[in-house]
Order: sequence, then C-alpha cells, then structure tokens
Amino acid sequence: MADGDGKVGLLERVKEAGSHIRTSQLWSSIFRPGSPFRAGYNDSPRNRSYVIMNNVLYHLHPVKVKRHGVRLSYTLCLGGLSFFLFILLTITGIFLMFYYRPTSPAAFEDIQALSTNIAFGQLVRNMHRWGAHAMVLTVFLHMARVFYHGAYKPPREFNWVVGVVLLLLTLLLSFTGYLLPWDQLALWAVTVGSNMGRYSPVIGDQVSFALVGGVQITPDTLLRWYVLHVLFLPFIIVIFMAVHFWRVRKDGGISGPL
Amino acid sequence: MSEVPEHILRRSAKARAAEGRSPDEVPATAPSQPAEPAPAAAATAPLEAAPAATPTAAAPAAATNGGATRDLAAEEAQFGVPANLLRRGAMARAKAQGTPVPAFAGESAPATVAVATAAPTGGGGAAAAPPAAPAIPEGVRTQRLLTVVKAGAIQKVKTEPHDKVSTWPHLVLIEFVALIVITVALIVFSAFVDAPLLELANFNEQPNPSKAPWYFLGLQELLAYFDPQVAGVIIPGFGLLGLAMVPYVDRNPAVRPSDRKLAIMIFSFFLFASAILTIYGSFFRGPGFNFTFPWSEGIFFDF
Repeated sequence: MADGDGKVGLLERVKEAGSHIRTSQLWSSIFRPGSPFRAGYNDSPRNRSYVIMNNVLYHLHPVKVKRHGVRLSYTLCLGGLSFFLFILLTITGIFLMFYYRPTSPAAFEDIQALSTNIAFGQLVRNMHRWGAHAMVLTVFLHMARVFYHGAYKPPREFNWVVGVVLLLLTLLLSFTGYLLPWDQLALWAVTVGSNMGRYSPVIGDQVSFALVGGVQITPDTLLRWYVLHVLFLPFIIVIFMAVHFWRVRKDGGISGPL
Repeated sequence: MSEVPEHILRRSAKARAAEGRSPDEVPATAPSQPAEPAPAAAATAPLEAAPAATPTAAAPAAATNGGATRDLAAEEAQFGVPANLLRRGAMARAKAQGTPVPAFAGESAPATVAVATAAPTGGGGAAAAPPAAPAIPEGVRTQRLLTVVKAGAIQKVKTEPHDKVSTWPHLVLIEFVALIVITVALIVFSAFVDAPLLELANFNEQPNPSKAPWYFLGLQELLAYFDPQVAGVIIPGFGLLGLAMVPYVDRNPAVRPSDRKLAIMIFSFFLFASAILTIYGSFFRGPGFNFTFPWSEGIFFDF
C-alpha cells in the first residue's frame, strides 16, 4: 500500500515510525539512560557501565567483572544454568498447574490428559521433568566446580553453606515433584525414598509422619507434597537464592584465578 | 609563634626545678631572648669538652667551635637541602663525634635543650629553636612521643587491582547465549523423549525392583550394605553436615590445586564414591535389588 503512492518507500516509513517510537516519552521512560534500546545509544565505556547500572541486572552483576571469570571454561556457566533452569521450571510448572488436581485418581488422569488432549501439554511436561533432572545435575556440578576452585574459602565460607542448603532444597523440590504424576513409578520411588526418613534415630516416626502426612503414603500425601512443591519450597529456595546471589557480589564477585 | 599551654609550661618549669635550675631560667619564647648565653653551653656539657680537640676531616661542617660559621640559608640555596635538615645533620654529626656544636649564621648562640622542648619549633626558618647543647643530664626525658601517623595508614587499600572487563556486553552476552542454548536443548530433547508415565498408582502392587529417584540411588545402594539407620540417616546426615562445614574445616588459604592436594583428594573420593554408587544402584540392580548386568537382563531404571 505504501509502495503504491510512489513517494515514500515502505522501508523509510517503518524507519521513521521506529525513530518516532524510540524518541517518544513512553519509550524513554521504559529504557533508562544507557540502555542499548534507547535512541542515540553509542558504545562507549560510560554507556557500558550505564547498561548494568541502570538496569535490574545491577542486582546480579557489578558493572565490571574479572576477566578470567568471563571465560566459559572457568565456571561452565553452571550456577547460571541452575538459575535459568529454575526459571524454566517455574514457567513450565505454572503451565502444568492449570491442568492438574492433586487428588487421588484425578492427578494421574490429568497427567494422561496433558499427554493427549492439551496443546503442548506433553512437551511442557517433558520440559518440566527433564529440566528438573538437569537442574539437580547442574547444581551438583556447580558445587563440585566451586570446590575445585577453592571458591568456598574466606570470605565466601557462608555462601558455600547457603549453597549446600540450596542443593538440599533442589533435591527436595525434585523429590516432592516426583510423587505428583501419581503413577506406579512416582508412588513407589517416593515410598522407597521417604522410608529412609523413618530410620532417623529417636524422631524417625515423627519425621515420617510429618513428611507423608500419615504412617504411609496416601492421597493426603499427594496434596501435602503438591503444596510443598508449588508453594513452600519455591518460596524458601527463592529467599536462599537471593542471599546466595547477593553474597556472591558482596564477597567480591567470582573467586580469583587459580 | 605557637602558644604553649599553661600546664605544659608548668610541667617543664617543674622539671627544670627538679634539675636544680631556676624556673625562670628559660622562657617559652626562647629564640627571641636566649636566657642562657653561649658559654654556658660548653660549661654544662662536659662530654663536649674532651673530644673537641680532635675534629675529623671527614666532617668539615663540624668545624671547631667558634670556627667557621655556617650560613645555612646559603647552603640551602646551593645544595637544595632545607636549612633545618642541614642544621639537624650538623648537630647529629657533632654529637656523634663529640665535637662542639657549630655556630650558624643568622641565629643566636646555642641555647639549652630545655628551650627546644618547652618551645616547639613553630614558624620555621630563622625563628626556629636554636641548636641545643645537651644541658640535661643523661636519662632525663624531655620529650614525649604522642603518636606516629604512618603515611597511608588511614585509608588502606586491601584489594589488588584486577584485570576487569565490562559486564555488558561481555558477560551478559555469554549468559544470554547460555540461556538460549539450554532452552533450545531442553525443548528439542523434550520433543523427542517423553517423560515416563506408568499406570495409576496402586498400593497393592509394588513393582520389582522399586527404586528411589536417581539422586537417592546411591543411598539406596548403601542400604544393601549397611543398617538402614546408618545408610539412610547417619551417612546422608553427616554427609550434608560435613559438606556444609567444608570451609570451616579446610583452613588452608591456598586455591591453587597443587597446594591443596589433600582437600581435592578427599572431596574427589566422596564425589567418585557417590557417582559409582549411584550408577551401580541405577543400572546394575535388578529384581529384588539384586546384582544384574544392564546388557544381559535389561535396565531397571526410570527417570
């Protein structure tokens, strides 16, 4: 249509509209000074600092990082991948929650329906499951990486302890989610796993009772673990993650080169 | 001229009285009105008298008393060394060699040390306290050290400068690529491999073997060897506690792998042990949790 009038080409019109949008008040109110999306951005050291400083990323990253820490071979991005996977699991998990009822036969039927009736249901469920296993793996490998770099040494001792708590919470999140499909695999894997808690000295029966909500796994356990899985444990792990990331920065960023 | 607090004046007067001199002997404003004339310097300093006869050639500045008078201002102009340093050097040399203190041009005759302590050298230059002969007996302290302020002691820079790069674009770009890669990898993998779903949970029919999730299979493997209380509670409990205590047990500050072989060996031992146990429990345990080869009887393992 724009080509038809022969005066202004479509490309120019789009460009003009683009620059009009980028100089608008709305646009510049969204993207703070220094943002590469802002009109007139140029790649200067000052703007490179502003990109981080004027960005929510400033909560995670300083303006400058040690050069060796940027190398992929140093961190293998394992901590970051664990965090990305947590976000992916949150997104896919919310999707799954729309179609899931944590009651006895319904839970299993809903998972079956996800595989057959619901658009992208099977894909999202697969992503959630494989992502969860991958997260356990990346958290574990991240811990090993940190150990071999001696990155737990002062002043980072306490952040290592926070990291151990995060590892435990990751395992618990994975374990509570394991029961939710309510199939034979889920039921008996969780039975075997949670039976171990019963052998705790002195408080074994109480631990087991609190965990499964009874002397053995019942549909009540399903509801209990569902709430733990979608509310309680994510809430706790987010708090610990916030402390973990904050301490990484406060303790001087990534640990020094070997 | 700096003001001397009254209590200091009183104290110095008292000290002088204790030495057996009259309190009004030395006023605070010494340089302008030297109370003790020059001859007194020689008289009160017996240690000066004896070696005065042997001046050394190595110290031309320390000429015999009453000899050449040094013009410090001229020397300062000539050598670029501040006059007060020149004077201090000459004094020190004179003291070390036991020669009399030289006279300096533009200054009054040497007064006593007590003058210098009572009236700190304020104002500088010619108005500074004149060189002092040791008029005070050995062992009597006339000065006090208040404090030593080291240069740079107030703001201490602890961290070494590091070689740094801008987070944007260097780090953010890598993280973004990692995010894309992991998302795409997960989607592609999930498109081809379905999550397992067996039949509805049935309390009356336990599958054989029943296995815990893979990350607990190392512990389940331990259950085959140890009492449940040991394998299920004590080992994982102490394992987790020990893991959390690593930074407080390993007090070695070194990060270089060659400097912390023991720590790496111990950690690697547990790492490989748990990996082997997990793999063993996952793939080499069949019905009844008995040993099996995965290639002969199949894999009894579900993710």
